[in-house]
Amino acid sequence: MQRIINFILSYRNTFLYIFLLLISLVFTLRSHSYHQSKFFNSSRWLTGSIYNTADGITSYFNLKEENERLATENEKLRLQLFNRSENSGIGDSLVINYEVVNAKITKNSYASPRNYLTIDKGKRQGIAQDMGVITTKGILGIVENTSNNFATVQSILNTKSNINAKIKNTNYFGSLIWDAKKYNVVQLIDIPRLVPVKVGDTIVTGAMSSIFPENIPIGVIKNYNLNEAQSFYNIDIDLFNDMANIKNIYIIKNRNREEVLELEKRTEDAE
Amino acid sequence: MLNNPAILTVVRFVLLLLAQVLIFNHLNFFGFINPLVYVLFFYWYPIRENRAVFILVSFLFGICVDIFSDTLALHTVASITLAYGRPIIMRFCFGANFDFQGFTFKNSTRIQRVTFLALLILTQQIVFFSLEMLSFAHILLILKKILFTTIATFIISLLLSSLFAVENE
Repeated sequence: MQRIINFILSYRNTFLYIFLLLISLVFTLRSHSYHQSKFFNSSRWLTGSIYNTADGITSYFNLKEENERLATENEKLRLQLFNRSENSGIGDSLVINYEVVNAKITKNSYASPRNYLTIDKGKRQGIAQDMGVITTKGILGIVENTSNNFATVQSILNTKSNINAKIKNTNYFGSLIWDAKKYNVVQLIDIPRLVPVKVGDTIVTGAMSSIFPENIPIGVIKNYNLNEAQSFYNIDIDLFNDMANIKNIYIIKNRNREEVLELEKRTEDAE
Repeated sequence: MLNNPAILTVVRFVLLLLAQVLIFNHLNFFGFINPLVYVLFFYWYPIRENRAVFILVSFLFGICVDIFSDTLALHTVASITLAYGRPIIMRFCFGANFDFQGFTFKNSTRIQRVTFLALLILTQQIVFFSLEMLSFAHILLILKKILFTTIATFIISLLLSSLFAVENE
């Protein structure tokens, strides 16, 4: 017994190292395949506040550009508003399925294989996990964790991201993933071989998702080829968003999401 | 006040952490190079340290960097590995001198110190980027990232370390 204790004592640093290493590895590998950790993420109060303060200082540098971008979007929305027919029913509160909350990015990241953004709105503003996040130009990601005043967003530039997408004006849909190589190119997989695909076609979000509304722009086809089995296309997509330069975002809340999920669950249980 | 090594370490802890997460994590040279300058914490940490305390402090430091950068526990693994491996690297760089009680950075040559820094950075980058991807399919991407980030980190750390040269150790 004495010798065992002596042995442990003489190698105590190695044991300490291995112990801490195991903790970190378990923690890392578990989050590799599943959700980001609930506690160790930058939506917490301290990290959120520090990013918010830093952002308050640096955000002035892009104000002009950001204003122009928002003005362009306003112009586009006005155009739609003035040209819509009177009885399309948009003003009717009963048909509003999606709510929109605006927010600002306080921490952006696009160089790592698993990118998360931090935004300045949280639970108090009604943000919850699995809400969609878009910008004026297109899709951005999905809310992952929230604290009272901040939230983290899993970017589409994340190897864990998997979003339903389709070729515009068709109903051929596939999964949007990222291979971690370039921050302005994502991949669309599982589009069957018989689908006519052309370089330059627009890709939008599909209708199979309870997170995003249909037809939110994603990007255009850059090039495509068949996968190893020669039965599906692997398509490279140029994103509309400049992921390196984004500031103002919109969070989309689907009012019917709970209902859809519950219905799907009940159907599965019944089988 | 800054002559007290414990206080000095705390100040470095906070400043390097903030510099890393607020400045260097957002540099994105060529879209992917973010120098990991927090390696200087391990370069500057007092030489005659209690190893267990050093490993625990590194663990804490790594977790802090991780929470800010949303990188799971990758920086933590890199940090504790650096803390654990530092005496080995030092013995390699400074040779027999290192085992003398009175050894300080002052009686080492510049080349020795630069090699020490370079080896620390290389260890950190290899551990960090291989765990970050964790896939052999991406081996070229991993090597590319290790190579360029090591160079960037090395240059910036060298500049910072001569700017805040250690006077009293």
